[in-house]
Amino acid sequence: MAMRNLWRTFKNSAWLGWQMESNWADPYLFAIYSIVKPIAGTLILVFMYIFLSYAGGGGPTNPSLFGYMYLGNALFMYVAQVLFGVTWVIHDDREHYQTLKYIYISPANFYVYILGRSVSKIAVTTIGVIVTIIFGVTALGIQMPLSNISWPLMLLGMSIGLACIIAFGLALAGVSFLTARHAGGMNEGIAGIFYLFCGAIFPITVLPSWSWPLASVLPITYWLYVMRVAFFGLGSGVASYDAMLAGYDIMQGLLILTVSTLIFIALSFVIFRFGDYMARKKGLIDMTTGY
Amino acid sequence: MTTITSLDYKRPSWIRMNVQAVFGRSLPRVIGAYREPSWIFFETVLPILGIAAYVYIYKAMGAPDYYMGYVIIGGAMTAYWLNVLWSMAAQFYWEKEMGNLELYMMAPISRMSILGGMALGGMFATTVRAVSTIIIGLVIFNVTFVIVDHILLVLVFAFTIFALYGMGMMFASLYMLWGREAWHTSNLLTEPIYLVSGFYFPVKYFGFFMAAAASFIPITLGLDGMRQTLFANVNTGFLPVWMELVVLIVLSLVFIVLAKYMLAYMEKLGKREGRLTMRWQ
Repeated sequence: MAMRNLWRTFKNSAWLGWQMESNWADPYLFAIYSIVKPIAGTLILVFMYIFLSYAGGGGPTNPSLFGYMYLGNALFMYVAQVLFGVTWVIHDDREHYQTLKYIYISPANFYVYILGRSVSKIAVTTIGVIVTIIFGVTALGIQMPLSNISWPLMLLGMSIGLACIIAFGLALAGVSFLTARHAGGMNEGIAGIFYLFCGAIFPITVLPSWSWPLASVLPITYWLYVMRVAFFGLGSGVASYDAMLAGYDIMQGLLILTVSTLIFIALSFVIFRFGDYMARKKGLIDMTTGY
Repeated sequence: MTTITSLDYKRPSWIRMNVQAVFGRSLPRVIGAYREPSWIFFETVLPILGIAAYVYIYKAMGAPDYYMGYVIIGGAMTAYWLNVLWSMAAQFYWEKEMGNLELYMMAPISRMSILGGMALGGMFATTVRAVSTIIIGLVIFNVTFVIVDHILLVLVFAFTIFALYGMGMMFASLYMLWGREAWHTSNLLTEPIYLVSGFYFPVKYFGFFMAAAASFIPITLGLDGMRQTLFANVNTGFLPVWMELVVLIVLSLVFIVLAKYMLAYMEKLGKREGRLTMRWQ
């Protein structure tokens, strides 16, 4: 019975999230919207690479770096979008629609409700990621033959990685209970930590050596590594481009990713519960901050 | 008992009312900044992380040092673009959702004073973010600015801001009527504008026509002009700085005049269609 209730909450909140995400526009316009933003974000890096290569007089010369950067950036959309989406649910429901208090007094499990709301973000982001990868392969000449892709590894890595990203999102949602609406920079900043330290668009070894230990404890580092191996193959120039990670075999990468994800899931649950408790104690559940 | 009649009430001048409106609308933002000091951390330390990633990608590509300076300047200016998008243009949508928009409409003041107040109130936090980005960037990445012409730099920056906030006021007129489209439009105008305006690379590389088209967004020429005045002997400018300044002055005037007419038109349209008080569309 309890499981059925949880499933119902999850299903309905996922449907609600999808409606909120998509029904403001007709499907055609929504599809364009879902594609333009991620492609533009990726093109910034593409143009940085191309312009710099031609400014140097020679043209693009480092396809391994380009592939490394392109795939990392495409996959990073999950981190940016899901982190932001999960966290924004708190501010949106609390201040915009002012429904947070009603969800609290309903029999729905709030934790599961947030999980359900994140599903729509994942769905929209997945469209963006797929389009970006196809664009990279067809228009920019990234060498990623379908026959070389390890589909089981990709699906496994993606499942663990998404669990990890959602866990981070839930932890931030816990913090959002206590922050004002204008603290949106928090999501941007936390995503920035991952973008900078996890080897999303450049090898970790480019960073100062003091930051390497930090990179090595963040699960996103290993998620991106596993995904690069899944897409390009273990011995490929892209997967082995980062000297710091090249020493790991795929089982080690997966193991570290799984263990660190489990730790972060536990941690996020504690942070979420703490934020929830403090918000109720301080009377912040229906706070509005219309500055 | 004294009775107050309308004759006793001396109506303040139009200018005074609007100046008061500007300060009145900016005050909640200032108070909000004091009440929620967490923004200092979120708006100063955290944004530099994302910007640093772009610096390191240039390092990974072996780019000359001034490219890192370009990223720092572009990263600092994102603060103003985001402020215009979210805290000014989209704010009218938010005010409508909160039920404040009708109160603004009832007040005998210009809508531009309200928007000016939002800009002024948000300017402090935005400038803190921009300046801290530049300072942290200078310290961490050892970027060196060689200012070619101080006055030109100040003028280019000032007119970029005027034109940008004028554009924001123009956008606000649309956001007054829109529902959730407003939110999504703001979202959509982030990365694509970073791309076409050359936040992280010189816009000149796009070629003349593409760069000229992007110049309708004031931050394009503003960034290009500032980079030209901050980095001597680097030939990556799109147009001569004086020419960019002239265009920015023209854009400032055009956007502010257009904003006035568009706000009046959209308000009229909103009243006729009954959309000014529609919430949760």
